[in-house]
Amino acid sequence: MIQMKNVTKKYSNGVVAVNGISVHIKPGEFVYVVGPSGAGKSTFIKLMYREEKATTGSVIVNGIDLSTLKNRQVPQFRRNVGVVFQDFKLLPRLTAYENIAFALEVTEEEPTKIRKRVMEVLELVGLSHKARMFPHELSGGEQQRVSIARSIINTPQLVIADEPTGNLDPDTSWDIMHLFEKINAQGTTIVMATHNKEIVNTARRRVIAIEGGIIVRDEAGGEYGYER
Amino acid sequence: MKGRTLSRHFRESFKSLGRNGWMTFASIGTVTVTLILVGVFALIMTNLNKLADDIENDVEIKILIDDLAGSKEERELLAKIKKLPDITDVKYSSRDEELKKVIKDYGDDFVLHEQSNPLRNAIYVKAINPQETANVAKKIDKFEYTAEVNYGKGKVEKLFKVLNTSRNAGLVLIIGLLLTAVFLIFNTIRTTIFARRDEIEIMKLVGATNSFVRIPFLLEGAWLGLLGSVIPVTVVAVLYYNVHKSISPNLKGELLQLQSFSPLIYQVSALLIALGVIIGMFGSFISMRKFLKI
Repeated sequence: MIQMKNVTKKYSNGVVAVNGISVHIKPGEFVYVVGPSGAGKSTFIKLMYREEKATTGSVIVNGIDLSTLKNRQVPQFRRNVGVVFQDFKLLPRLTAYENIAFALEVTEEEPTKIRKRVMEVLELVGLSHKARMFPHELSGGEQQRVSIARSIINTPQLVIADEPTGNLDPDTSWDIMHLFEKINAQGTTIVMATHNKEIVNTARRRVIAIEGGIIVRDEAGGEYGYER
Repeated sequence: MKGRTLSRHFRESFKSLGRNGWMTFASIGTVTVTLILVGVFALIMTNLNKLADDIENDVEIKILIDDLAGSKEERELLAKIKKLPDITDVKYSSRDEELKKVIKDYGDDFVLHEQSNPLRNAIYVKAINPQETANVAKKIDKFEYTAEVNYGKGKVEKLFKVLNTSRNAGLVLIIGLLLTAVFLIFNTIRTTIFARRDEIEIMKLVGATNSFVRIPFLLEGAWLGLLGSVIPVTVVAVLYYNVHKSISPNLKGELLQLQSFSPLIYQVSALLIALGVIIGMFGSFISMRKFLKI
């Protein structure tokens, strides 16, 4: 599903955020990415959906080599990868329904099919009754559920989440976590960067720890391994 | 792009106008104020220009025919003048008609001269391009049987100089004002786009192509420009209609006339609408470029 080989990322200001990472993530896996702030976690994640381009090395996602992917092919690629953000990144002037539908509208899908599919995922995340609300009328957890619904609307094989519970209280975090587990159970690969020790240590999965731009630990069913 | 996608873009652009409420209102307000300025100024400048043209077109050459010329020679001279390529409005005026004019202008004291008219037969001519008056006069002066060729030498040159200077000044002013208007509207649009740069980023991250993100914004820019030009067009039309109505009757028969209501007002309206719509779209296009690169 994701294959990285000797990937480095040097930003234009000279900071080397990723300094030679090779990793392989298989279809259907659920992977935590952990590590202290500023260790290169976010860059590692951003390389997977081509918000950032690798300086050297190759990144292959969904069978697509991102190092040779042309700019105009990026939208098509992103439709097959769901992304969930810490700050939700919902369009503030669109309702929950419209936010989710947007990710399907970009594919120029038929309106009737869009409606049907949006209602399906709204049902899945348990927000059917709040479809017409705007993001600012929803709680943090609800906003994140809308954003998860958006990420899976195109039935991607891979969902990438960058600290999806970072802005949420513990109970809500677990709700979100269960949602990801549900999606994973349907066969979708999930890569989740997180600072949530409790979740990582309780719902044991493969853990990739990044420090100083390199992978320092990669173990199945691993621990969070940091104090917070 | 599919037809339903285009109609979706139209729908989105209208929806966005409504949902951006105050931002929309503020942008339209700025465009409105700017375009009112441009419109009023455009009316003033066209009328000043018309004034200059009227004054210029009033410059004519008066040719006094030599007393030695008989009616045959006079006819020949008239024919020769009429053959000149750069003249217009050739008028023959006999000495009696000339005297009548003098009497009309200067009073009945001159009636005495009717017994023995001291004036000469005359021909009046205008240069097609008033600025060429002196040259035309020189050419005519070379013809036979012309006693005197007058066009207000010295004064005319000065007048043209003043008119040309004021025309150029007007041109500079209008260009300056247009550039200012372009800048103001452009900046307004840029502010609205800048406030929504996150939205553009999000759209790109969920797989929208550049044109899918761009088109609703371009349309929205166009609507802002269009809505912003509604009041200016109305103001300019109503204003000019009333000014025209109250001033024109007083100018009846005078040399100076206001530019007529139509087609001027349609041209100015078209200018205002085009300015609003084109800069609205163009401003959106330029302002978005940076944020689409993700």
